[in-house]
Amino acid sequence: MSDIIGMTAAQTAEAIAAKRISAVEVAQAHLDRIAAVDGAVHAFLHVDAEGALAQASRVDAAVADRDTPIGPLAGVPLAMKDVVVTKGVPTTAGSRILEGWVPPYDATISARLKAAGVVMLGKTNMDEFAMGSSTEHSAYGPTHNPWDLTRIPGGSGGGSAAALAAFQAPLAVGTDTGGSIRQPASVTGTVGVKPTYGGVSRYGLVAFSSSLDQAGPCARTVLDAALLHEAMAGHDPRDSTSIDAPVPPVVAAARQADVTGLRIGVVRELSGEGYETGVQERFDEAVELLQELGATVSEVSCPHFGYALPAYYLIAPSEASSNLARFDSVRYGLRVGDDGVNSLEQVMSITRAAGFGPEVKRRIILGTYALSSGYYDAYYGQAQKVRTLITRDFQAAFAQVDVLVSPASPGVAFPIGAKLDDPLAMYRQDLATIPSNLYGGPAMSLPVGLSEGLPVGLQVMAPTMRDELLYRVGGALEAALVDRWGHPLLDSVPELEV
Amino acid sequence: MPEITREQVAHLARLSRLALDDAELDGLAAQLDVILGAVAQISQVTDAADVPPTTHAVPVENVTRPDLVVASLDRDAVLAGAPAAEEGRFRVPRILEEDA
Repeated sequence: MSDIIGMTAAQTAEAIAAKRISAVEVAQAHLDRIAAVDGAVHAFLHVDAEGALAQASRVDAAVADRDTPIGPLAGVPLAMKDVVVTKGVPTTAGSRILEGWVPPYDATISARLKAAGVVMLGKTNMDEFAMGSSTEHSAYGPTHNPWDLTRIPGGSGGGSAAALAAFQAPLAVGTDTGGSIRQPASVTGTVGVKPTYGGVSRYGLVAFSSSLDQAGPCARTVLDAALLHEAMAGHDPRDSTSIDAPVPPVVAAARQADVTGLRIGVVRELSGEGYETGVQERFDEAVELLQELGATVSEVSCPHFGYALPAYYLIAPSEASSNLARFDSVRYGLRVGDDGVNSLEQVMSITRAAGFGPEVKRRIILGTYALSSGYYDAYYGQAQKVRTLITRDFQAAFAQVDVLVSPASPGVAFPIGAKLDDPLAMYRQDLATIPSNLYGGPAMSLPVGLSEGLPVGLQVMAPTMRDELLYRVGGALEAALVDRWGHPLLDSVPELEV
Repeated sequence: MPEITREQVAHLARLSRLALDDAELDGLAAQLDVILGAVAQISQVTDAADVPPTTHAVPVENVTRPDLVVASLDRDAVLAGAPAAEEGRFRVPRILEEDA
């Protein structure tokens, strides 16, 4: 493994700005790494070597010209989840129905990162339309967890998380509707943050569940996640749900990394049944460590969190069944059955049946059922009321404590194929992550150790627009753990190159 | 909880414009039964009765912008991604019946 790919994003940017290394060398080192290991990992659906090297050259030119200011992430390579629209670079959202589509525009986050000098290496694998917790529901085959190639990297953003753990990129973008950033971070030993809903623009994300979807940063360190968070976040007039307020000071908080006097609540309902013993042990140890670092720890009850999972699996499929109506075989993507005899409606139905995979079909049918007359009040309507109660649980908890913590995922990475025939078992992967999506508050997963040789993540949850609190806790905990271990957790990931 | 039949799934599939085959309909009927059985536990939340529903995580007001003409996406670039285009437009299969 070359020294370049082992560097953090912060170190890489600093080395490029100081001309100790060129952005082109950095990009090439990562492209070489991808070429060497992605056959085994399959984190990428598309690698844009030409675009990456061209962008890196622009950064090097800016560095050479002292009058051109460069940003704090200029020249740093990034892996982009394939649900984010990228101008001129194929975007499939993991679906057959968008195979070969080359977007004519950039998502706001794509454009912002480009302007910041970030070097996009390519697009990462994901569960189709971000529906799944294992990346097995990608139409293009599963991604393999770098810790154990026979296991899942989490989902839906398994490609982004695996790319980080396999040292194919120091930064990645994810999206999180019910845990799709945090659960992959948890099972790959990386850091993933779902910002406050509305904190990062959704313009140009292929929509799954619009009231829950949120893009966010994925990285190998808490500081790197903060740097990417700051580069992505901020008001966007093109997204009417985007919050018109200053971005929380996440980078300063990651550097401060101090939990002295911070009140931390352990959520009683996010433990016990359904959580693996090894996960619970690492979590308890980390909470003890936070106490040693000066935080006050207490147990907090959020009585409606137990209903978050069923509420989510009514709300998200309902919104998805509506959002996915746009795949109509007319404006982009696949068209099947246009034989001159079939009607438009028949062509649409044939195309959608051929282009969507089983999980997407399942959720469209489930959402259509939940929204149909006669069932609306009992399912969708009731789920929205439960959403209110979950929000009130958060508000009551945050009257007592500053942040909440829980395991990020109930278990470590499971073997590929283990839950594919049991949708409910797959859905339960999101037990701990869903409440923050329903509430809208920010949440982070960061690695706190291994169980059975596989990474365990701790989740920190904060009030809306207090994203910086995640980074204070994450930064402090990460520093103390790396100190205890003597090295970052990802130094233990097995050698992948053959 | 009513048991989900293949006919019900076929109806939902028609509403969703999904041309599913019989095997898919049967599979989905069984799965939907299990999933609905699990999510139906939200009916147990009795204190939800007088609670207003949440449609959106963060309260937002409707956003407007000045009514000005701005550049849109280039037509040819957009049509290049379409399954079929003709004379600067999306081409679609027939919409009307022959005898209509």
